[in-house]
Amino acid sequence: MSSVTATKRSGGTKSAAGPRPDHARRDHGAWFLVLPALIPILLLSVGPLLYGLALAFTDAQSGRTQATQWVGALNFQDLWHDTLFWDSFRIGLSWAVGVTAPQFLLALGLALLLNEKLRFRWLTRALAIIPWAMPEVVVGIMWRLVYNPDAGVLNETIRDLGLGDGRDWLTGLATALPAVILVGVWAGMPQTTVTLLAGLQNTPHELHEAAALDGAGAWRRFRTVTWPALRPVALAVTALNFIWNFNAFALVYVLTNGGPGGRTRLPMLFAYEEAFRYGQFGYAAAMGCVMVAVISVLLALHLVGRLKGEDQR
Amino acid sequence: MSVTRTSRPARLGQYLALLAYLVFLAFPFLWLVSTAFKPARELGSLHPTWIPEDPTLDNFRQAFDEQPLLRAAGNSLLAALAAALIAVLVATPMAYAIARHRSRLSTAATGWVVVSQAFPFVLVIIPLFLVLKNLHLINSLAGLVMVYVVWALPFALWMLVGYVRAVPAELEEAAAVDGAGRLRVLVSVTAPLLTPGIVATALFAFITAWNEFFFALVLLKTPEKQTLPVVLTHFLGAEGAADLGPLAAAAFLATLPSLVIFAIIQKRITGGMLAGAVKS
Repeated sequence: MSSVTATKRSGGTKSAAGPRPDHARRDHGAWFLVLPALIPILLLSVGPLLYGLALAFTDAQSGRTQATQWVGALNFQDLWHDTLFWDSFRIGLSWAVGVTAPQFLLALGLALLLNEKLRFRWLTRALAIIPWAMPEVVVGIMWRLVYNPDAGVLNETIRDLGLGDGRDWLTGLATALPAVILVGVWAGMPQTTVTLLAGLQNTPHELHEAAALDGAGAWRRFRTVTWPALRPVALAVTALNFIWNFNAFALVYVLTNGGPGGRTRLPMLFAYEEAFRYGQFGYAAAMGCVMVAVISVLLALHLVGRLKGEDQR
Repeated sequence: MSVTRTSRPARLGQYLALLAYLVFLAFPFLWLVSTAFKPARELGSLHPTWIPEDPTLDNFRQAFDEQPLLRAAGNSLLAALAAALIAVLVATPMAYAIARHRSRLSTAATGWVVVSQAFPFVLVIIPLFLVLKNLHLINSLAGLVMVYVVWALPFALWMLVGYVRAVPAELEEAAAVDGAGRLRVLVSVTAPLLTPGIVATALFAFITAWNEFFFALVLLKTPEKQTLPVVLTHFLGAEGAADLGPLAAAAFLATLPSLVIFAIIQKRITGGMLAGAVKS
């Protein structure tokens, strides 16, 4: 109640707002501003998340007549013995590392390149919009056209170069995961590049020039000037990319739908099937919990490592 | 003139690297466009051509015949517009509060933004599915919009907080000294300066919703309700044996709105993202 009157007073009359508004009133106003967003967040984000955590300890299933019951850690015990789940987990990690690492290295190289005074920089930036803005479903469809064994451009190029007949990339047991990873790298690179580039352009140019005058070579300038300034952005980008990639769904759903023989079945695809094809809500929720836990641990380790590196400097 | 001059071979190497990247970036898209305009005869040939020898619009016609593309696009448009508008409406005041009041609230909000990025959607979608089912909002665009709003909020907040911080607080204080009330300051001083940022955020929320697939796949059951990305996957067929031409044509069309909008706001998005990331 008090917050409502306070906001009315501060907003409505001119005399109430002095040159230095007192802090108590300002904070009430702040809460009032926050509520419209806070309510949907609590109801549709935080709430479901807690509900999801709870579901992981139940036998919830879709289309069942008996009531849902608590089963304790049973889902987690089952998961522990579910080799298919651990396979998908391993695939998810290989995919996340396989996409994030080259994505970062290539994007860093390209950002450094675009930070130079080169011609055609605008063209790169303009083209970078394509993967960034495209719906993931379309990216998947597009690369299926590229990888198509008969009518695809990849095999046609291989045939033209006389390197053989090409192959069916997305259905080959050995080639499917690398083929999908390449698409992941393609799709995420522009965003990483542009963010890193913006980070580069935030670093003071004078430092560079001073270092160059002191006779520092390109590599030393990168190590002593560019990298320290870029590191916070680079760290944030890599961590987020890793998480996003680990949680990826649409791209691989369209490209291979987890095939061949589960070789590209990412954890999200596995959990999706478990929940919405077999109706095992509790079990799928437990998978989600394990994914969150592992991501959190990995990120914590990553951050601790980074902070330690900072101390030694 | 720059002191960090580059030698000629190094420069050449730089251009080669740039060229390689341009090719990598462009060729899948060019292939998609080329496929979309190829007649069936060229698509079936064992030696596909880069540029259609006999370009045709047949694939587009066929795509509209095979799947309810127009209705799907209408659904996508409706869901994305509603989600973008609502997200910006509720996020802007909150972003303002976070940017101007450094308090526990802003710490909590920043924490939530970061954490919300880490959830595997499956952990959220199962409970949401159950809740929406009880509310009879499965297979309804209204339910999808609710999900999209909350899904767009972290990033919208992230961007908007950056934009608010870019408006100097001194401007607002000066107006307050001149006797303007708090609401007046907001409406006549802050809002006009924020408008471009709000528009960029709304457009970004629009694109994310327009492109979104996972929630739409789970929540929308019948073809009449489905959005464009979901309908596109119907072209793939059960065994993945797709009709390449119409598939390419439909995919190409579905991309155009995002590409155009994104081209317009690309710079602002990076700016907003970076402002949020560096200054928080």
